[in-house]
Amino acid sequence: MAAAYGSVFFLKAFWGLFLRDLRVLMRELMPFLLRVGMQPLLFLFVFTFILPRIGGSANPMTAAAGASFGTILLPGLMAVAIMFTGIASVALPLSTEFGITREIDDRVMCPLPLWAVALEKVSFSAMQSIIGALLVIPMAYYVPAVPVRADIHNWPLLALVMVLSSLLAGSMGLAIGSMVPPKQIGLIFSIILVPITFLGCVYYSWSGLDKIPWLQIAVLFNPIVYMSEGLRASVTPSIAHMPWWAILVALVFFSAALGKLGLRGFLKRVLS
Amino acid sequence: MTLLIVEIEALTKIYESKLRVVALDGIDLELHQGEIFGLLGPNGAGKTTTISIATTRALPTSGAVRIDGIDVVRQPAQARRLIGVVPQFNTLDRSLTVYENVYFHCRYFGFSHAQAKARSLELLEQFMLSERKATYPTQLSGGLAQRVQIARAIAHRPKVLFLDEPSAGLDPQSRMAMWTAVEGLRKEGITVLLTTHYMEEADTLSDRVAVIDYGRVLALGSPEKLKQTFGAETIFDLKLKSLDALEPVIATLQALAGVTSAEATAEGLRVIASTSDGLLPTLVQATASHGLRDLAITEPSLETVFIRLTGRDLRE
Repeated sequence: MAAAYGSVFFLKAFWGLFLRDLRVLMRELMPFLLRVGMQPLLFLFVFTFILPRIGGSANPMTAAAGASFGTILLPGLMAVAIMFTGIASVALPLSTEFGITREIDDRVMCPLPLWAVALEKVSFSAMQSIIGALLVIPMAYYVPAVPVRADIHNWPLLALVMVLSSLLAGSMGLAIGSMVPPKQIGLIFSIILVPITFLGCVYYSWSGLDKIPWLQIAVLFNPIVYMSEGLRASVTPSIAHMPWWAILVALVFFSAALGKLGLRGFLKRVLS
Repeated sequence: MTLLIVEIEALTKIYESKLRVVALDGIDLELHQGEIFGLLGPNGAGKTTTISIATTRALPTSGAVRIDGIDVVRQPAQARRLIGVVPQFNTLDRSLTVYENVYFHCRYFGFSHAQAKARSLELLEQFMLSERKATYPTQLSGGLAQRVQIARAIAHRPKVLFLDEPSAGLDPQSRMAMWTAVEGLRKEGITVLLTTHYMEEADTLSDRVAVIDYGRVLALGSPEKLKQTFGAETIFDLKLKSLDALEPVIATLQALAGVTSAEATAEGLRVIASTSDGLLPTLVQATASHGLRDLAITEPSLETVFIRLTGRDLRE
């Protein structure tokens, strides 16, 4: 009986934190949508609308990429949306909360175990990441010169990949937000996140890297590769992709590892 | 039923970094239900560390803190339901209005929307913040922010309220208002533990006081009892023009009836006496040859208790 009461209380407290984050997000909804939508929108616009329209002679890249570039881009852009939104929506507020206002004191007054407070932050960011990723799908249909149709047969796989990817990104955000001071967060984005994205099979598929074997092996250490490939497997399966079991194992592994790292960093900052 | 609402047992906190800092060196305290307890000591004494551990923000090196029987280290989430904290700094949620700060705090503690709304409006009324309910924390003065923090802290009706240096940064009017508010909490049955380095705050507000320095409790009791035991003495601080050859003067003064001690200080003399009767003219006469420039008299107070116990001023 006490245990049941305890878990009800736990859920209410968790929901309370979630509601607070929701209220703040609603207040800043426009900026959120702009932040999440701008990059994929522009990318699709330039690479799948402008360049094909201009014609192959003007830009060799489109000739090489072909009309199916949009198909390759779609899951990649979804992965980028998850990565950036996921990390930013945890790291930026967290860095502020640990900053001069010590607002973390306010959150930690909540009668939840500290790991649950961290989990709430990661979960809320996961929700935002998923929204960001889903927004890319209609964009990929309407923006390109040749519409990209999402070919989703395996809904469970898609759901699993999206959830795992967004938890992974959220955990990275937790680690970054706890360990990096606000002033240096911009630096982290330029030095770590941008390279990860460019070397994350976002703009090209992993199987395509057959021609550069050393790179194909090297990028296996990059978690975003599994996010892109996982989304490729579930959204645009026509493009060759990594086997689904490998993707899931890697996603689970990276989520667990980054989750542990993030939680450790968070606890270290919260508890003296 | 435990009447001891807070039990602090052999609490130790040692920070091991480049320097080994002993913040707390074995603190033992017990708070009775409904009392206002003051932890008095200078900066660095260990007051904030004690509160941090009691409010689950820091882990002790050894020892225990129990709130209504619940160990704060073993069951921190449970303990947090029973305590309210008003931290030293303004930690209000900057992204929420005054009303929302209190409202969401209620939601964290399992209140339904209706309950949270009712409680928040009630508290804003109680602390005269109703007009400011749509204001953001960055627009509030120190005194107002403090009131919101108190409202937030008691929203979920905790058994114990911890106030860390509540007067810090407040103007005298806000301070008085805060004291009135804290006194009012007594009626609601809330036990209060406050830390301070202001003697008057400990004296006026607290039922009992613990004097703390260098991580240890030096004395414990009601302000009256402490003054009787340790500080029933008046302190005379004399500023002298000439500091040479003070020994004969010191010897003369020490020989006087009622004088406990006389010692040289950087600016002149400090005489501690159990009575001030007739002492003043004697002091002036005795130091005439040395050019008495200023004389300060400190009546028996917790300040003198502190000086007696530690040999230094509260505000050093």
